[in-house]
Amino acid sequence: MELFINQVLAGIATGAIYACMALAVVMIYQAIDHLNFAQGEMAMFSTFIAWQLMQWGVPYWWAFLLTLAFSFAGGIAIERMLFKPLAKAPVLTNVAGFIALFAIVNSVAGLTWDFTIKQFPTPFGSSPFLGSQLISTHQAGMIGVTVGLLILLYLFFQFTRIGLAMRAAASLPESARLVGINTSWMIALGWGMASAIGAIAGILIAPVVFLEPNMMGGVLIYGFAAAVLGGLTSPLGAVIGGFLVGVFENLAGTYIPGVGNELKLPIALALIITVLVLKPAGLFGRPIVKRV
Amino acid sequence: MTAMLNIKDLRAYYGQVQALHGLSFSLNEGSLTTLLGANGAGKTTTLRAICNMVRSTGAIEFEGKPLSGKSTENVVRLGIAHVPQGRGTFTTMTVEENLQLGAITRNDKKGVVADIERMYEHFPVLKERHTQQAGTLSGGEQQMLAVARALMLRPRLMLLDEPSFGLAPLIVRELFKILGKINREDKVTILVVEQNAQLALELADKAYVIETGRIVMSGSAAEIANNEDVRKSYLGY
Repeated sequence: MELFINQVLAGIATGAIYACMALAVVMIYQAIDHLNFAQGEMAMFSTFIAWQLMQWGVPYWWAFLLTLAFSFAGGIAIERMLFKPLAKAPVLTNVAGFIALFAIVNSVAGLTWDFTIKQFPTPFGSSPFLGSQLISTHQAGMIGVTVGLLILLYLFFQFTRIGLAMRAAASLPESARLVGINTSWMIALGWGMASAIGAIAGILIAPVVFLEPNMMGGVLIYGFAAAVLGGLTSPLGAVIGGFLVGVFENLAGTYIPGVGNELKLPIALALIITVLVLKPAGLFGRPIVKRV
Repeated sequence: MTAMLNIKDLRAYYGQVQALHGLSFSLNEGSLTTLLGANGAGKTTTLRAICNMVRSTGAIEFEGKPLSGKSTENVVRLGIAHVPQGRGTFTTMTVEENLQLGAITRNDKKGVVADIERMYEHFPVLKERHTQQAGTLSGGEQQMLAVARALMLRPRLMLLDEPSFGLAPLIVRELFKILGKINREDKVTILVVEQNAQLALELADKAYVIETGRIVMSGSAAEIANNEDVRKSYLGY
């Protein structure tokens, strides 16, 4: 029983990271109808920025905040320079843009900070959480920060004017323009926020997977899986999907004989395919019905 | 009397296809004007051209200022509310959020709250359903919501694209009565595009008839209603 609880809690902790990545992916998907393949690399780059700041002697939480600000601005800059001009381009052009972004960010990070694995500090420590062997303080911190972030995002989208405008722009761009919303900047803002959310995910997971240019590869695949599982049209679904994938991945690795660490990923993806066969819009997504 | 909206030689294009062929007309401040025409005559395109939602050439002036080159949202910010065909309801949001979105460009919080209450007086059914998802409203209720959302902008000019479309005759009468009231009491200039010529002519004080992208007739609503050709083509008697 203790093993079970331990695995569930550990799953929730990594699931929190998947949830953040899934949320970042969904935010951009809602805004421009494309999956950002470079979301993980952007998060990795942000994490390197945080690491570099700390190397220069900036205290952890200052580095954290500065990195968020940098990522936010960087996300907006990427949208303005690369994807705004592609807004009316065909899907494949956009896909090529994302792949280019992926490759560029990955190589620039490798060139600047090389490919050796680096330790990344945790502000929470790694001792047992509240004296319990079930979960470490860093895992508890991951869950805490993510839940706090999700609450803030919920409040932002439900109760602020700009949150309302962003939701309107994502759901019906033409109507949004007709009430005077500058939808183009709402998209840019979505990119900025997605980039900052990714940065949080990167910084939180780096002490676990260690810092290197390819650190987010696996994480992003789980993030995509979580987003698709929850439904790409539902931010809440993406978050729940993240936690589900994290827990399922851990339980499968522990309890299904012969799975272990290597087969965790295929098992998780198989589950997702099963769900999608039964419910193509994802667990919480709304099927898109077009009037003809 | 200077016109509030002045349109000269408007031509609009969808890709290579030209939809408007040099259309000119004007709206007087405080008037309620209707633009009549058959399917495909260019009524919707005219409204979309005013808000720069379609590629067009020619001159459109609102209160003496040219609108060309302005983005849709900046045209709206000048006080031009557009109720699009199909109503443009934010179906996944609540009725109240839809109204708040109508006022999203305004900074007077108190005024917005008061205006939402005013809309609930105009349209009591919206008050009953204010926490409901707008997509669950009936067609007539959604049209009321679309008009209310447009009014939340406190527009100087309101453009309505076939507000009667798909509504029961009784609901259409009610809606048109409210439009007349808004025009008189709130001093909102209204341009309404309609296929339902009879009702539109009862409501309006001025009318234009549009055919294949050109204005072919203009006059007071009464004159147009009594015109032989209009009666045959649009009123059916």
